[in-house]
Amino acid sequence: MSENQQAVFSPNPKKRQKNLAVSRWTPYWYILPAFVVMAIMVFYPLGYGFYLSLTDMSLATFKNPNFIGFGNYLKLLQEATFIRTLLRTIVWTAVNVFFHVSIGLFLAVLLNRKLPGKGLLRVLLIIPWAVPQYIVALTWRGMLNNQFGAINIFLQKIGFSALPWLTDPTWTFIGAILTNIWLGFPFMMMISLGGLQSIDKEFYEAAEIDGASSLQQFRNITMPLLKPVLAPAIVLGTVWTFNMLNVILIIAGGFGNEKTQILVTEVYRLAFNFYRYGYAAAYSVVIFLILLVFGMTFMRRTQGIEEVR
Amino acid sequence: MENNQLQFRDSFKNRHFERNDSWLKIIVIYLILLVMCVVTVYPMLNVLSVALRPADNLFQLNLQIVPDNYTWDNFRRAIFEIDLLLWIRNSLIISILTATIAVCFSASAGYAFSRYRFTGRKTGMMMFLVTQMFPGPMLLLPMYILLVKLGLVNQFLGLLVPYTATAVPFSVWMLKGYFDTIPKSLEESAYIDGASPFRTFYQIILPLAKPALAITFLFGFMSAWSEYIVAKVILTKPEVLTLPVGLVSMQGQFNTQWGVYSAAALITSIPVVILFISLSRYLVGGLTLGGVKG
Repeated sequence: MSENQQAVFSPNPKKRQKNLAVSRWTPYWYILPAFVVMAIMVFYPLGYGFYLSLTDMSLATFKNPNFIGFGNYLKLLQEATFIRTLLRTIVWTAVNVFFHVSIGLFLAVLLNRKLPGKGLLRVLLIIPWAVPQYIVALTWRGMLNNQFGAINIFLQKIGFSALPWLTDPTWTFIGAILTNIWLGFPFMMMISLGGLQSIDKEFYEAAEIDGASSLQQFRNITMPLLKPVLAPAIVLGTVWTFNMLNVILIIAGGFGNEKTQILVTEVYRLAFNFYRYGYAAAYSVVIFLILLVFGMTFMRRTQGIEEVR
Repeated sequence: MENNQLQFRDSFKNRHFERNDSWLKIIVIYLILLVMCVVTVYPMLNVLSVALRPADNLFQLNLQIVPDNYTWDNFRRAIFEIDLLLWIRNSLIISILTATIAVCFSASAGYAFSRYRFTGRKTGMMMFLVTQMFPGPMLLLPMYILLVKLGLVNQFLGLLVPYTATAVPFSVWMLKGYFDTIPKSLEESAYIDGASPFRTFYQIILPLAKPALAITFLFGFMSAWSEYIVAKVILTKPEVLTLPVGLVSMQGQFNTQWGVYSAAALITSIPVVILFISLSRYLVGGLTLGGVKG
């Protein structure tokens, strides 16, 4: 912010003509509509969800739930399935985000070069992002079909044996991971590409003159300059993956086996299959706290937050 | 002089490729990119392949894209025998309304975050980012109970409000980033000419932000067009179903309807894919700007 800009835009009406009518409330009026929508659909439900987690609300006690304090949380932490599901969710998220970022960044680096036809290649590479998620999941479920799915047919053509994708829960989970990796890398690719394009070419020219290898250039120029772009994207990507209900639900074809569930699918199952609203709410508060702590720590570590002045 | 000659000899390669790359490196790069393209394109071709198969021959043990005895029958049945057109109509109404409202709300909020310094600005921006961390199901349940109380279950309005709320935070960030790149001198001169702040925003800044607005609209549209979970919980009557709920419900009758489903999936996703890709050149700039620039 230069002095000049501050002078013009500080909401101080004395400094300008009257008809500009900027009062200290002006910015709040601009934000109001967006804020109201968020309040109704995010902040209110959030508060209400937290309240629910302290009650024993279920279908039987829907009208007048009992307040039971932290009972749900105590029960939840003692449950072995919770810990197992949490660990599975962490594996799910870590594997997915790792491949999203590494594939995305790698392709972005390739696409950021002078390369005839790269426009077309880029278009083809963002297709997974453009196709609606539920269609992707249904399509992959078709391709993972044990007998008639394209993946097993391909595996058999190149001399491997068919894998029990949809019958063995472990393989179903791996199939869901494959699907989600396919789904998520174009987002990271486009984010990285945008970041790469904003890096001044002169840095690389200077590095080349100094005799830096391309690996050195990547580590010492590209990565630091990409960090402010990638850090928020990684946080978002982690949150999205952690909460990816669609893919798991559709690939696994429901809640059949515990070994394919992650925390959010567990919340959905508890709430909409078993109507244990209070307990489900406690689950989601735990998820929220995990993500909040992760997001804050990650952003602070990478100092991405510094950008938000 | 020698330099010139050297440049001339390599001019073809230099004009089209990075100067230091050997031909081998170029070929490897192309190979990697092409393999990845096959990976991204194949699943959609697989859908096409299933859609082209005749109903009595859905399950085949080969990887042919266009079956020998291909037929367009599944497309005909998708349009005339299932409620596809109704679902498309419902989804169009909801998606266009969501996108329009989200663009209006987030443009004004993004502008305030970009141009004014006020108490709660930083907190407000963080708040919009943090909302992205709420697990959907956590909001889903209270949201559902709220909508039941308001009598909005099975109503388009009941979907519109949550969809707008989903689209707004990301759009606010993106538009704020874009507004930051528009020089403030434009507004200064408008002020000097006596324009009010709102008029300046409306007549000068918004037209300049068209690419970002287009992306925001697209995001809102796509998120509503593809949303499955909330719609599944809120919509139960057949006549209000949106595309995702309708299409996934066909999964139950997979054996007979797989071909029809595939045709329907293509009909519904191809327009969005084209829309998305045609706007993708704004995507790179728009996203990065929004993500981080202070």
